[in-house]
Amino acid sequence: MSVGGITAMKIRTIGRHLREGRKSVFRNGWMTVSAIGATTTTLLLVGVFLAVMLNLNQFANSIENDIEVRVFIERTADESQVEQLGEDIEAINEVASVEYSSKDEELEGLVDSLGDEGKAFELFDQTNPLNDVFVIDPSSPSAADSIASDVRELKFVDEVDYGEEVVQRIFTFNEYARTIGLVLIIGLVFTAIFLISNTVRITIVARRKEIGIMKLVGATNAFIRWPFFIEGMLLGLLGSIIPIAAVTGGYYYLYYHLRDSINFDFVQLLPFNPFIWQLSGLILAIGVFIGIWGSVMSVRKFLKV
Amino acid sequence: MIEMQGVYKTYPNGVTALNGLDVRIQQGEFVYVVGPSGAGKSTFTKLIFREEKPSKGSIHINDLDLAAMKERRIPKLRRNIGVVYQDFRLLPRLTVYENVAFALEVIEQRPAEIKTRVMDVLEQVRLKNKARFIPDELSGGEQQRVSIARAIANRPRILIADEPTGNLDPETSWEIMHILEEINQTGTTILMATHNREVVNRVRKRVIAIEDGVIVRDERRGDYGYED
Repeated sequence: MSVGGITAMKIRTIGRHLREGRKSVFRNGWMTVSAIGATTTTLLLVGVFLAVMLNLNQFANSIENDIEVRVFIERTADESQVEQLGEDIEAINEVASVEYSSKDEELEGLVDSLGDEGKAFELFDQTNPLNDVFVIDPSSPSAADSIASDVRELKFVDEVDYGEEVVQRIFTFNEYARTIGLVLIIGLVFTAIFLISNTVRITIVARRKEIGIMKLVGATNAFIRWPFFIEGMLLGLLGSIIPIAAVTGGYYYLYYHLRDSINFDFVQLLPFNPFIWQLSGLILAIGVFIGIWGSVMSVRKFLKV
Repeated sequence: MIEMQGVYKTYPNGVTALNGLDVRIQQGEFVYVVGPSGAGKSTFTKLIFREEKPSKGSIHINDLDLAAMKERRIPKLRRNIGVVYQDFRLLPRLTVYENVAFALEVIEQRPAEIKTRVMDVLEQVRLKNKARFIPDELSGGEQQRVSIARAIANRPRILIADEPTGNLDPETSWEIMHILEEINQTGTTILMATHNREVVNRVRKRVIAIEDGVIVRDERRGDYGYED
């Protein structure tokens, strides 16, 4: 009663499972089409959502990391008072560094950042209306808020600004988009899993006699399960072809063509080359996952004893 | 050797099929299992290849303890037990050759071995010349011979036949009996559940009669004993 060869899968066995799995995909006709269709729709939405989400995330991160707290110093403050203020700011927790920027430097920065239009401000050269500024780099983006309120308590502070409204709005938008997208995707993923499991179940029912004989003569459960596993996986793979093509094409167009015609100065799209590979890989992985889960769901019930 | 001690079997629906059954069958015996319908014959055979688990009691096949056996060991057990049914259970779209080969393929035998082994067993059941036929093109007796060929293809030590002549006319039944006897002569234990009085009374073997889930008679060269 040797059992030596039961567990190790042989190469010709893998070939057999692949053949059987592929056969079922073609045999189930319309069920296959609907299962692949559902997977395609799901993955298409997943792909678009992921592309948008990941870019938004990247955008939010870059803004977060750019956060600086600008402290406008009262014009009446004299040199020693300004120096004192600088020391007080440095003493605040979570302040990574403080830099002093005189009103002349501020004006220069403003003129530079506005380009040609900024030239108009050169008029102010003589009577600079700006304040001298301390620019604080917070140790973490979330510390900006508490630093700002601490600084407001100090003397000779005219105003504190870290663009909280813009930052807050972007975060809120990001969060809503993420939640809605996730709910949508989870719903779609389950629909696709359900359709795939139904398709695989049809194969199983059609093969009940074969499965019965296989069990009778001592085929292992793993051996019986593999073709269905592969069928589900193939359905998932086939369902991910169109989404990958569409997302790749769409992103290519957006990245290389549309970007030139719209002014995307402040939004940095993730570079096409590594990003599209990662995205395609992710879509493929989700597709295969949907397929495998679908088949596992229907096979499990049929293999008892 | 098959050994059962105090075996009880109650199904989830409350039906009690076996009621404390004790039996011991030596390797190489030929045993008829007789008794009225619903007496527990089928359950008795199902326990041996672990299609069912006993509710109570112990079942040993050689060194294997079937009551304690883990699920994943079942394939190993079944590769040593051949099973033949009244309704043949052949795959209708496969040829005779493919039906027998299927049983060896799914337990991952080597293709070269499968080829020679299938032809050997088809010769043994005298169906070599019909290897390319599909089941529908064969008579009932021939189909049963295919199912026997499939059952013995892996050289099992035990062959269970559940009403193998149930769907066959008397003449064909003798044919099947002849083949089963030949298989028995190679040392394979044969357990045959049957209602066929003619066969039991003419080809005298050990007879175990089961009624109401217990063995009521066990004779070395018994007769059928029921009036039908």
